[in-house]
Amino acid sequence: MLAVQEIFKHYEGCPLLKGVSFEVAEGETLCLLGTSGSGKSTLLRIIAGLEQAELGRVLWNGEDLAHIPVHRRHFGLMFQDYALFPHRTVEQNVAFGLRMQGLSVVEIQQRVKEMLEKVNMLSFAKRRVTDLSGGEQQRVALARALAPRPRLLMLDEPLGALDRALRTQLIAELRYLLRESKIPAIYVTHDQDEAFEIADRVALLHNGKIVQSGTPAEVYTNPASIWVAEFLGLSNLMLGKVLSLCPLQVKTDFGCWEVGCKAPEGLQIGDRLAILLRPWGASVQTEPGTENVLSGKVVDVVFRGEGYRLVLQCGEVKFQFYCEKPLGVGEMIRLYIPPESVICLNEPSI
Amino acid sequence: MKKRIQAIIGWVALGLLLVACVPSVSVPETPTTVAPSLLTVMTHDSFAVSEEVIRAFEQENNLKVEFLKSGDTGSALNRAILTKASPQADVFYGVDNTFLSRALEADIFVPYDAPALQDIPDEFKLDEQKRALPVDFGDVCLNYDKVYFANANLAVPQSFEDLLKPEYKGLLVVQNPATSSPGLSFMLATVARYGADGFLDFWRALRDNEVVVVNDWETAYYTNFSGSSGKGAQPIVVSYNSSPAAEVIFAPEPLEDAPTAAITSPGMCFRQIEFVGILNGTRKQVLAEKFVDFMLSLPFQNDMPLQMFVYPVRNGATLPPEFVKYSAVPDQPASIDPELISQNREAWITAWNEVVLR
Amino acid sequence: MKWFYDEDTRLSRVVLLFSDCLRRVFRSQVGWPFWLLPVSFLLIFFFYPLASILLLAGKAAVEAGFQWLAWEKIWSTLWFTVWQAILSTILTLLIGLPGAYVFARYRFWAKRLWGVLVSLPFILPTVVVAAGFNSLLGPRGFVNLILMTSLGLEKPPIQVMNTLSAILLAHVFYNTTIVLRIVGGSWAQLDQRLEQAARSLGATPFRVFWEVTLPLLRPAILSAVLLVFLFDFTSFGVILLLGGARFATLEVEIYIQALHMLNLPLAGLLSAIQLLCTLLITWFYSRLNRRREVPVMPRVLDEYVRTPRGLRQHLMVGGILVILGLLLITPLVALGIRSFTRLEAARGERGEVNTGWTLTYYRELFINRRGSLFYVPPIEAVRNSLNYASLTVVISLGLGLLAAVALNRQKSKTHNHLSEFQGVLYGGTDRLNHSRIFLPLGELFLMLPLGASAVTLGLGFLVAFNRLPLDVRTFPFLIPVAHSLVALPFVVRTLQPVLASIPPVLRNAAAVLGASPWHVWKEIDLPIVFRAMVSSGVFAFTISMGEFGATTFLARPEYPTLPVAIYRFLSQPGALNYGQALAMATLLMLICAVGIFVIERLRLPGGEGL
Repeated sequence: MLAVQEIFKHYEGCPLLKGVSFEVAEGETLCLLGTSGSGKSTLLRIIAGLEQAELGRVLWNGEDLAHIPVHRRHFGLMFQDYALFPHRTVEQNVAFGLRMQGLSVVEIQQRVKEMLEKVNMLSFAKRRVTDLSGGEQQRVALARALAPRPRLLMLDEPLGALDRALRTQLIAELRYLLRESKIPAIYVTHDQDEAFEIADRVALLHNGKIVQSGTPAEVYTNPASIWVAEFLGLSNLMLGKVLSLCPLQVKTDFGCWEVGCKAPEGLQIGDRLAILLRPWGASVQTEPGTENVLSGKVVDVVFRGEGYRLVLQCGEVKFQFYCEKPLGVGEMIRLYIPPESVICLNEPSI
Repeated sequence: MKKRIQAIIGWVALGLLLVACVPSVSVPETPTTVAPSLLTVMTHDSFAVSEEVIRAFEQENNLKVEFLKSGDTGSALNRAILTKASPQADVFYGVDNTFLSRALEADIFVPYDAPALQDIPDEFKLDEQKRALPVDFGDVCLNYDKVYFANANLAVPQSFEDLLKPEYKGLLVVQNPATSSPGLSFMLATVARYGADGFLDFWRALRDNEVVVVNDWETAYYTNFSGSSGKGAQPIVVSYNSSPAAEVIFAPEPLEDAPTAAITSPGMCFRQIEFVGILNGTRKQVLAEKFVDFMLSLPFQNDMPLQMFVYPVRNGATLPPEFVKYSAVPDQPASIDPELISQNREAWITAWNEVVLR
Repeated sequence: MKWFYDEDTRLSRVVLLFSDCLRRVFRSQVGWPFWLLPVSFLLIFFFYPLASILLLAGKAAVEAGFQWLAWEKIWSTLWFTVWQAILSTILTLLIGLPGAYVFARYRFWAKRLWGVLVSLPFILPTVVVAAGFNSLLGPRGFVNLILMTSLGLEKPPIQVMNTLSAILLAHVFYNTTIVLRIVGGSWAQLDQRLEQAARSLGATPFRVFWEVTLPLLRPAILSAVLLVFLFDFTSFGVILLLGGARFATLEVEIYIQALHMLNLPLAGLLSAIQLLCTLLITWFYSRLNRRREVPVMPRVLDEYVRTPRGLRQHLMVGGILVILGLLLITPLVALGIRSFTRLEAARGERGEVNTGWTLTYYRELFINRRGSLFYVPPIEAVRNSLNYASLTVVISLGLGLLAAVALNRQKSKTHNHLSEFQGVLYGGTDRLNHSRIFLPLGELFLMLPLGASAVTLGLGFLVAFNRLPLDVRTFPFLIPVAHSLVALPFVVRTLQPVLASIPPVLRNAAAVLGASPWHVWKEIDLPIVFRAMVSSGVFAFTISMGEFGATTFLARPEYPTLPVAIYRFLSQPGALNYGQALAMATLLMLICAVGIFVIERLRLPGGEGL
């Protein structure tokens, strides 16, 4: 439905977006993930028509939107700080988009009621928005954005300013509402947990480009680059030299590793390669053997519900793993990481 | 709901206000079928005339007179001079003898030998070429608060020298000649008396006798003068010889006697004569002449005193009884050649300022 | 509309091109198209007449040689003008700021009436104010009479008339309402949470005021200071009538030179100096006010208004109101009382004034006793005044709004939206200043009419508008136009900061929700700026109601306004004339109060707005 093609944009003389392309399919929720300042919001504003890209196109069902002004795009945008109209009541805020569509008073009343009910704010209808708490404002903003039945809903860090408990609750509601309304949505956030929870697909924006996109599982299991891996909290990275291609073996400072995934194309023996040890699936090794084994000292053990997170000190570097049983702090252990938990990162620059 | 009603009331009120404000265009009644021609008269704010008198003139000549007023004498004259290239009016009334030379220098008038001039005493005819024709005069004299002098058992000063006496210390309020026409006239009277070299000495002495100076006639008369309803502190003020009559005429309740009087001793008053002239460049010379004739005619001359509180120049014009009873015309007013005034006006005022205000 | 698109005629192409242009203007942040109307208005009605008269003066100067130059006089006049303006402005601020605070933050008895009353001084012609002051503080004024009888004094103890104090007092009397309106309005909309935050961080109330409130109010205070200063700087009537002969500002000197000495060259030079000073002052102001207005979420009106609690607050609110009342309202009341007072009985007996009540002056207003052609029926004067005033409100609000929008667009032009986004959160920092160099031009342009000498401009009007279609004699709109020239800076100064304070994200939100640029304006900007529009509308209204100088220059005698009628009475001697003038002035105050009341009641249809 929505296709964004090769968007370029400068901000204060520096390139901000350097050829961003992605698509959003019908009923899909796409999560744009990136650090703050990566241009996510600008991208949304370009899609909404609030800003012009210097290059590139925004298409809706194949139609170029360049000459369609903001108010005729029928997109919904929920702003970071909600941008509720301070001079209007909750009800009037939600009714705004409907009035702009020229609906009858009865229709508007009905729809406003319906939307407020959906976000559990019906009892607040006559209140001034300035009197609302953050969570309440968020709900009103959502109801306002959804009320005119936009073709596409964009949410810009909608939970950014809220506390954790509220976030968990609201994100569930949000997911439900998005699934139910079947409106395609772009959800912008810097929080990967939020993204994985709500997204059908995530797209990671880095250095002005989409560096990876896919389902949350795909991205998580196969981060495309060191940056992605680190951004997703996968920090067990090491650099090494390719020893063999089939099976792919890499020699690092921490031993030799057999990598479960296929070698990137064009890889040659002796090339440098980054590998990532996934924190899950490691087990304490008692037998001798040096391949796929990491030895070090346990420096920290934290209970994390489903298991224990342990921090392993290997020389100067720390690695994190999850295991089912707790281990004593200070113990020297050897961990076996099976090849399927070792992935290589397709990082061309190395 | 209450707010909405308020809102509606507000807008309706505003609407009504605006509707009410549409100026009512009064269509002048035209008894004849021929459209009346238009004559424009430029004058100062103080000009006034009875509706009756002007309507009669309009009907007689089938014309409509339009008056353009432009502030005081100075601004009106300025307007005439500044727009002389394409005059905005046909007739200009209101230039006085202190400004006369400037008007004549600027060449804004064309001569007109009005027949009525022969009924006007020569002393008023200051322009030999008959470009500016005298219409009225008034004398700027000291006015005093009669009750004050009676209560204080004080003699009324009869000369400029008297004013320097200690018993009159702080009793006189005058206007700044730089900003006020009567103020200028009073200063000119002292110039006439002491000469261009000596008048400053008189003023120096007057300053030492605590003369009060204000900028305009209104303040002097209504704020400082004790004889007016302003109830001020000074019982002597520079005003006009017609002011006592005006005090009687404009009393809220009938007065038996005027509360004030003018001092008309020889040389104490300065005579202001106002002139009318046909503006250079008018295309309605004939009508303009008719209007000048009208201003010099008896109906207008008789009407003037009660409208503008000035005296008619024409012989045979009658004065209202109040003028006769409460106001006197000085026998020997001071006068200075308009040419001389025009040349020295600025220098005299500046010098006066140096002496009195510094 | 469909036929436009059906056939590709040349006309339809032109229309499309035009509408595309309009759309681009609206969508982009371009400011210049909004300048079009205000600038052409100023060009035609301000710069053209001004240039005409200055040119004439220049010519006359060359012809006359330069012996009229008196530099010493010019310098001393300029010095006094600046000095008294600074002093007056400081005093006005000292009175106005606490007043603005009380009006912005407290609820008190008859607040609306207070609001109207403190705006009234602005409309009163100086002659009337002089009369009011005189009947209050003059040698025979109420205050002196009371003091003399109670203390058994021979001489009146208070002697302010014709002193510098009278000038300062009158300037405070006239201009405090500017501070109250501009600063008070801004203060009422200030987010109090910011002050509370500072308090919770351990700041004393004074520190909070100094480090949080004052910086946030800075743009409003600077605006008010600029306007008050310019008004004091170009003061005319107050100096002439209350200051007495010893004091002359540039404006007074221009009046003397132009109208009494007929010395056009010197008057022209002085006008040019005055204009130059205005330029300098305004430039200085825009340097001081470089920082961009912080877009803070507009707060709901009256959100923070509270009833004073405790003795201290009561004392403070009461005290400030008493001071305001004494300074601004008692002269008005004295004036009103005088218009009903008969002062005839004990004529001449010094110190003793027998008074009685009378309606004579009001009755006489309605009688054309001498059948004068120029008799002004009060109703007609009221109607003319209201007529001109409402036209002035319409013209100045329309043009002022356009100019304010243009100024804002220019200001935010270089501002990337991202920073505006953050600006809302972190309080707007200025990073780029490309438009800074050009920006003041617009502001200077708009403020100049305040600094132009009224006399010079009046003469300029006479010289410039001498021919059809713009002829002083036939074009009836020149008076409201002249009034609008004065009102316009006020309107822009009031509207622009409010417009600037609207976070752009609100407009974006509305646009995304399907509001066309016109709807965005109608639904977001207008309701938020409406309060300020009402406020500046009151300004325009009062300026026009009280204005006398331009009116006497340009008015047709058939359409006299209330101030013109007042002057007509005052220019002749006699108790009745004086009484009628006071009665007319009281009428003017009443009409104005009603007018302000009505304007302030205005709400947008639908009852929305802050």
